[in-house]
Amino acid sequence: MSPTTRSLMSRPVSRRAVLGGAAAAAAASTLNAPFVLAQPARLKVGLMLPYSGTFAALGNNITDAMTLAINEKGGKLGGREVQYVRVDDESEPSKGAQNTNKLVVGEKVDILVGTVHSGVAMAMVQVVREEGTTLLIPNAGAGAATGALCAANIFRTSFSNWQPSFPMAKVMYDLGHRNVVTMTWKYAAGDEAIGGFKDGFTALGGKIVKDIAVPFPDVEFQAHLTEIASLKPDAVFVFFAGGGAVKFVKDYDAAGLRKTIPLYGSGFLTDGVLKAQGPAAEGLLTTLHYVEDLPNPVNRKFSADFKKATTRDVDVYAVQGYDTGQLLVQALDAVKGDVRAKSALHAAMRNAKIISPRGEWTFSKAQNPVQDIYLRKVVNGENKYQSVAHKGLADPATGCKLA
Amino acid sequence: MDRNPRLLTILAVVAVLALALVPLFAERYTIQLFTKIMTMAIFAMSLGLLVSGVGLVSLGHAAFFGLGAYVLALTSPANEGASLWWALPLVVLVTAAVAAAIGALVVRTSGIYFIMLTLAFGQMLFYLFHDAKFAGGSDGRYLNFRPTVELLGSELLSLNDRPTLFYVALVFMVATYGIISMILNAPFGRAIVGIRVNEPRMKALGYNTYAYKLAAFVIAGGLCAVAGFLYATQYRAVNPALFSWRESGLVLMMVILGGLRSRLGPAIGAFGLVLFEETVQALTDHWLLATGVFVIVVVLLLPDGLASLFQRKQPTAAEADDG
Amino acid sequence: MDPLFVSLQILNGIQYGLLLFLIASGLTLVFGILQVINLAHGSFYMIGAYLAFWLTSRTGSLGTAILVGLPLALLLGLAVERLMIRLLYARDHLTQVLLTYGLILVFNEAQRLLFGNDVHGVPVPEIFNASIRLTDTLSYPVYRLVVSAVCLALVFAMYLVIQKTRLGMHIRAGAVDRETVQLLGINIKALSMFVFAAGAGLAALAGMIAAPLSSVYPGIGEHILIICFVVVVIGGIGSIKGAFIAAILVGLADTFGKVLIPEFASVAVYAVMALILLWRPQGLFGRA
Repeated sequence: MSPTTRSLMSRPVSRRAVLGGAAAAAAASTLNAPFVLAQPARLKVGLMLPYSGTFAALGNNITDAMTLAINEKGGKLGGREVQYVRVDDESEPSKGAQNTNKLVVGEKVDILVGTVHSGVAMAMVQVVREEGTTLLIPNAGAGAATGALCAANIFRTSFSNWQPSFPMAKVMYDLGHRNVVTMTWKYAAGDEAIGGFKDGFTALGGKIVKDIAVPFPDVEFQAHLTEIASLKPDAVFVFFAGGGAVKFVKDYDAAGLRKTIPLYGSGFLTDGVLKAQGPAAEGLLTTLHYVEDLPNPVNRKFSADFKKATTRDVDVYAVQGYDTGQLLVQALDAVKGDVRAKSALHAAMRNAKIISPRGEWTFSKAQNPVQDIYLRKVVNGENKYQSVAHKGLADPATGCKLA
Repeated sequence: MDRNPRLLTILAVVAVLALALVPLFAERYTIQLFTKIMTMAIFAMSLGLLVSGVGLVSLGHAAFFGLGAYVLALTSPANEGASLWWALPLVVLVTAAVAAAIGALVVRTSGIYFIMLTLAFGQMLFYLFHDAKFAGGSDGRYLNFRPTVELLGSELLSLNDRPTLFYVALVFMVATYGIISMILNAPFGRAIVGIRVNEPRMKALGYNTYAYKLAAFVIAGGLCAVAGFLYATQYRAVNPALFSWRESGLVLMMVILGGLRSRLGPAIGAFGLVLFEETVQALTDHWLLATGVFVIVVVLLLPDGLASLFQRKQPTAAEADDG
Repeated sequence: MDPLFVSLQILNGIQYGLLLFLIASGLTLVFGILQVINLAHGSFYMIGAYLAFWLTSRTGSLGTAILVGLPLALLLGLAVERLMIRLLYARDHLTQVLLTYGLILVFNEAQRLLFGNDVHGVPVPEIFNASIRLTDTLSYPVYRLVVSAVCLALVFAMYLVIQKTRLGMHIRAGAVDRETVQLLGINIKALSMFVFAAGAGLAALAGMIAAPLSSVYPGIGEHILIICFVVVVIGGIGSIKGAFIAAILVGLADTFGKVLIPEFASVAVYAVMALILLWRPQGLFGRA
């Protein structure tokens, strides 16, 4: 855990009431249950994010950037002090519902923020649809959260899995590629990301030679690399992130494919992992809604401030956390901290305009960002801005009935 | 098998009555927690039938827990709740059918082979649901609506109401205990206990021990599906982790820690382990370390499980009962 | 499918099978001779992988890491046998499952405390960091061949020890009938200790040499453990020969499953197991 997260007014959820078993729990709860509390001075923000596991670094960056945004405006939301309640979701979908219940039902948080892993996020969506708690999703791109399961109290400040990969189709088509192999992990995020690319590529008249999906989180790619070599497509498009992205890019290079069959990916392929990938990643083209050297003043200021506060470099996750903080500040100022005025709060969020390090963006009707997607290239071990691959891209939000 | 049946029965009745009072006092979170614990208790009791009834140590029992949950999630209509009247029997029957297919293979073996085979089949189902598109892959599936309980066209119970779901789980838990007790007291039960004690002798007496073991395996699978049904109903989300061998290991821990000598052991183990987990988890991120050490210590110091703590008080009387 | 593609996939499959054999051989002997079911066997693979990561980042060389790490793993194996496993010889399988399950939890948490949850890469040793050009699109990484060569050498060494030495004779006898071996005056305690530590060492070594290929991450031991259970079950408990054949079979089933039936690749291995057990419930070379 970084020094900054520790300095937050946060504490782990504890259920000491359960210590003594049923009787003690029952006794403890009778103490506060019958009283209807007056609106407390403090606003309770639940943070359900990964603080351990593969995605711990992402959880910490989101948390720190979000509090940075709030602290820039005096550390209060709508004039009220903020109490953060943290739960480590371990990126474990099977505990998703239980952990959400802990915050929503147990701690009765006013606003819930989370999470990184799509499977866990979907469990959170299920709970808040029932409980009505306002949920801000600062990363997980599961399409259904702002698609079939969209709701007035669910907002996403990051992206949908479909969004970053859709524009790559045109980029690759314009480079002359017609026959492409796609590869990803066999899980919802992978399917949706590849789906975005496919939608774009087949609409342009390109052909998907083969869809390869390996079990998540398998990192043994050798059999499939051999297969790609024998299929000889014009290019390969992949969705991998984290440790899998490191392994895939290195294996792809070691198998001698990088020079003969060009590799493309959504930006997660080269985000936060370039150091580990080393020269194997040099020259890769990816698309994403952010790149570190984006030429705008908000980005430059945020990069410097975040570095100062945490000693770490910014990444796309920090930006998403920062925007989550900005959204909270704007919306709660608009309702003067009254979280019980839900429809006013949600309207304020829906109409928010976020001046983000990734460029300005607004919410779509499904409450997912309408944002620019950028083309980036790895140069000397860094992602470099190339051009805007798609301006103001909105997710198709299939199945969402919000109007 | 209980060394001190009367004391345990009284304790059990008191415990159930105390449980029934929980929703009247506790906050919603506690109600949910106890609903989950009772679900786990059903899960553990169904495994207990195999382990302490027939003497078959399954390390793949979570397969049937996961199946129960998935069958409900996959067969529920998208726009309304499934009717409990057909959904529950369907869940139990499908799971029991799969248990019959797996059981036909695995109960031919015993000892280490049985342990490893059940583990391997559990993993096979895990991967099947983990990799298959229809089941939602590693993210699993969601239940849009909880099952409905209607009688003559009007709603009898709403499972969306937490205390109602709590009482439904309580009824299911008590019923599971009742069913298992009935089975063990019937001639069938005496036969499977006979098989555990001395299989060759039962064979010599003309029992088709394979059929008895298979039947017990199928019953255990079917009862376990009820726990899966409750889990999916409570959390409205299912994912492949429900099948995982960690889950199987955890529930086996409940059975063993609760004590093999007692029919109540698995339920005691479920309450003990989940409450232990809930408590330690709040205190440290490394609660699994504590659980691991706890398990090792119990194995080395309390060979008869946690239930023996209750029984120790009157060892001589218990011994006399046994004889 | 062209022949080069098929032969490369066969190579990939055998390679994976050889690695599995290194781990499964220890597991099957511990079952056969000690009659203990050791769920924590995969933890030694995990420990090997993490030792490789830690020592390589310290010393800069995987070779040195193995030279230092292997004795450490053997010592740990000895310690676990003396302190825990020995107590289990007289206990039932249930207790063995429970205790070794507890051990897994402890080992995994120790790993989390010491190394955290990140995925770590171990660099391929510089001299092997090359590829052999096969076609215009494909090269084969040299290190993969090196791993296979090391595995083959170890298989051969194991064969020599087990078939040609007195110690090997005791091991073979022990796997067949533990009581008789004791009657013959062989020190079964010392033999058990040796077998357990050697099994732990082999698993750790497999983790070390595989680390540059698979990267190092939490939970790495459990995935491999269950596949090795399948290998042991197919081969027959206590049979080294069975474990070898089963490991290659599983390696091939896994590799071709990935290519031919990607939707059910992971299930393929278990389906093979179910079929073989329908035919021979005690495994290919197991005693009924």
